[in-house]
Amino acid sequence: MTDAEKKAKNAKKSAISVFFEEVSRSSLIVPILAILSGLLLGGILVGLSSESVYSVWSQSPFLAISNGFKAAWESYVTLVTGALGSPSRIIAAIQGGDGLEIRRAFNPIFESLVRSIPYIFGGLAVSLGFRSGLFNIGVEGQIFMGGIFSVWVGYSFTGLPALIHIPFAFVAGALGGALWGFIPGLLKAKTGGHEVINTIMMNYVAFRLTDWLLREPMRREGSTNPLSPIIEESAMLPQFFDEPIRFHFGFFIALAVAALVYWFLFKTKWGFDLRTVGANPHAARYAGMNIVRSTIVAMSLSGALAGMAGANELLGVNHHLSQSFSPGYGFDSIALALLGRNHPLGVVLAALLFGTLRNGATRMQAAAGIPIDIISVMQAIILAFIAAPAIVRTIFRLKEPRKAEAEIHVRGWGGS
Amino acid sequence: MSANTATLEAGRIYVSQTRRRAMGVIFLGIAALIWLVFIRGIDPEMTTTMRLYPGGSTVVIEDWVFTTLDALQILAFACAVLGSYQLARGFGKRTGLAVSLIGGMFVFAFLAWAASGGMLNLAGMLRIMFVRSVPLTLGALSGILCERAGVVNIAIEGMMLTAAMIGTIVGSLSTLWVGLLGAVIAGGLLGLVHAVLAIKYRTDQIISGTVINIFAVGITSFVSAKFMQTYPQINDPGIFSPYEIPLLGQIPVLGPVLFRHNIFVYAMIFFVILITFLLFKTRWGLRLRSVGEHPKAADTLGIDVFKTRYMAVILGGMMAGFAGAYFTLGSVGRFDQMMTAGRGFIALAAMIFGNWTPVGAMIAGLLFGFSDSLAANLAVLQVQIPSEFLLMTPYVITMLVLAGVVGRGQMPAADGTPYEKEEL
Repeated sequence: MTDAEKKAKNAKKSAISVFFEEVSRSSLIVPILAILSGLLLGGILVGLSSESVYSVWSQSPFLAISNGFKAAWESYVTLVTGALGSPSRIIAAIQGGDGLEIRRAFNPIFESLVRSIPYIFGGLAVSLGFRSGLFNIGVEGQIFMGGIFSVWVGYSFTGLPALIHIPFAFVAGALGGALWGFIPGLLKAKTGGHEVINTIMMNYVAFRLTDWLLREPMRREGSTNPLSPIIEESAMLPQFFDEPIRFHFGFFIALAVAALVYWFLFKTKWGFDLRTVGANPHAARYAGMNIVRSTIVAMSLSGALAGMAGANELLGVNHHLSQSFSPGYGFDSIALALLGRNHPLGVVLAALLFGTLRNGATRMQAAAGIPIDIISVMQAIILAFIAAPAIVRTIFRLKEPRKAEAEIHVRGWGGS
Repeated sequence: MSANTATLEAGRIYVSQTRRRAMGVIFLGIAALIWLVFIRGIDPEMTTTMRLYPGGSTVVIEDWVFTTLDALQILAFACAVLGSYQLARGFGKRTGLAVSLIGGMFVFAFLAWAASGGMLNLAGMLRIMFVRSVPLTLGALSGILCERAGVVNIAIEGMMLTAAMIGTIVGSLSTLWVGLLGAVIAGGLLGLVHAVLAIKYRTDQIISGTVINIFAVGITSFVSAKFMQTYPQINDPGIFSPYEIPLLGQIPVLGPVLFRHNIFVYAMIFFVILITFLLFKTRWGLRLRSVGEHPKAADTLGIDVFKTRYMAVILGGMMAGFAGAYFTLGSVGRFDQMMTAGRGFIALAAMIFGNWTPVGAMIAGLLFGFSDSLAANLAVLQVQIPSEFLLMTPYVITMLVLAGVVGRGQMPAADGTPYEKEEL
């Protein structure tokens, strides 16, 4: 086939096939298909675990399969209405005019936003690390450190005005997280100890530290449970609505911080240094960049962002420290950061998705008896597909992308 | 010999000089610690009692009673002697031995001090140490198999957790041994997933490990909440009963501590020996290690890098599966959500602390198992230290090892780098 013939053939392509080709070469297609595959496999899991499948299996396998589909569909409907609210209820509430009922009807969507706030911070933390060539797997521990510091400031200082107390507690949380990021950063920069191992170890040190603090020095007076005292009212992040909506000011802080991270990474010299060190440390060293400093700065900043997640969660929602205030936000954030392509805007969008999923799954657990852990399974699948785009492209028979898909490479244990 | 090698040699001597002195100072510091902290405030008449049978034994052995002060003085003196020798001459190749000796003496001094005026069941603690070290050592062996072939495995935790659950379900529906087999197969399948992601799709190995960990937490909690609580009959596999090795089990002190366990403790010792032999004495092991050190060279010599890595990671997964079975079939006979509780990461730590060797991993596993068993026994001691701090020690020690404070580990050179065959 000559070039001319090829051109003629291309010209004959219909608009639809051009559209499909464009779509299949686009870089957005992989994340979207990853999310869809996660939802699909989650649905299969729900169907497989449904009682109605097995009870009729011996009579009619066909009925059993259709029951499975029905169960999966109903669960997802519960998930969506649980996460976004049901339109009929909202309309009825507005017509009824009762304030409490209106707030209840709108609560799901606000709750989804509340759930996504720690994800925004956590995702920013992980992606800032990835951008700098560092895999911060210790976000969970840094969240706990942020929580410890902010709650301590929150309950032990009394009589401060809210305008001082809130920023004080929030910054304390960020510092707590930063400390937990700084140590592995320093170890990496000065001794070459791999940050993945060190941050994993720091996670468990943070968990044990939390156990101890809640057992002895920080335990609420008169309480037999491992709970810290409730923070002063002046340290609580302001909420915008009455019960039961918990939507609070932290959401706007999160968006502002995301914008700040974008500005820092892409518009400042420091951010440029971090990204260069992340993309090619040898070139960065050759260009005279200070790799030691940039590693320490990146890990500390990443830790600080994670610490803010903890501070936000405790100052805005829980108001006290407990052993289980984070249901694994830090680990989910890894999938989330990659889903958001390590870009602050992408991270915010992915965080909104994960927050919605988690909130919906909570409702689904209560209403349909599907354990909330199903979203971990979905997240694992999303993460696998995002990290190995070749799998998605093989399964869905997509064309090769025009641009090389960004691959994350953490350097081996040796650090070279 | 070129000038280059000479400089290298000189550098090595210089480094070892600094390290030797640092070690000596640390040894002396431990002697000073025993002297200044433990011996102070000890009543010279005070005695420490160590019980030498863990209970349930037919052979009753007298408790071992000694004067605390005397023991501490002897230990402090011994540490000081070792420290001075290290500072002056150095133990050279035997430094590792000296470190473990010092470590052992320090731990014993601590126990003698903490239990002074009271009684400590030493044999019971040692026995529990062996039991607790099983998942750590076996998990570390899983890591060693993978990483010696150049694939980082941080998914030990997830593999153990999933295998623990599968072992329970299969074991409840059939027999214990089939359950164990089920656990091993489940681990092997997750190993296969890790291998496909890491080797075929060249996903970052840490991410693919994270995928498995997240998946394992999700699926086990899901199944446990959805099925195992409603149908308790699939969560009741029973436990492997202890088996006393004839003759050996009758040895005083050692017998009950070492030779009256269920199969998992014996399996741990067996696998440590087997894998040491396979890795370092057979052609198979040489090939596996060469793939982890320099895959390109191995490929040039006709070794199939991909096949070797697949095999290693699947075997590693099976080992993690075996370790996971310990939690349910070997320990409590029931599956609970998140029951591995981070043991997989302590196993990772044991692998690093043991310098990627099976024997080293077992020593590390025993050490971490001891801190675990000590944490469980703290209540009986006279001195109050929070158990949480003891539980932190594996993590902190690992970070110190990685930082080169306690001696630098030698990880496989190509660990964590995916191999890509060059096109001709």
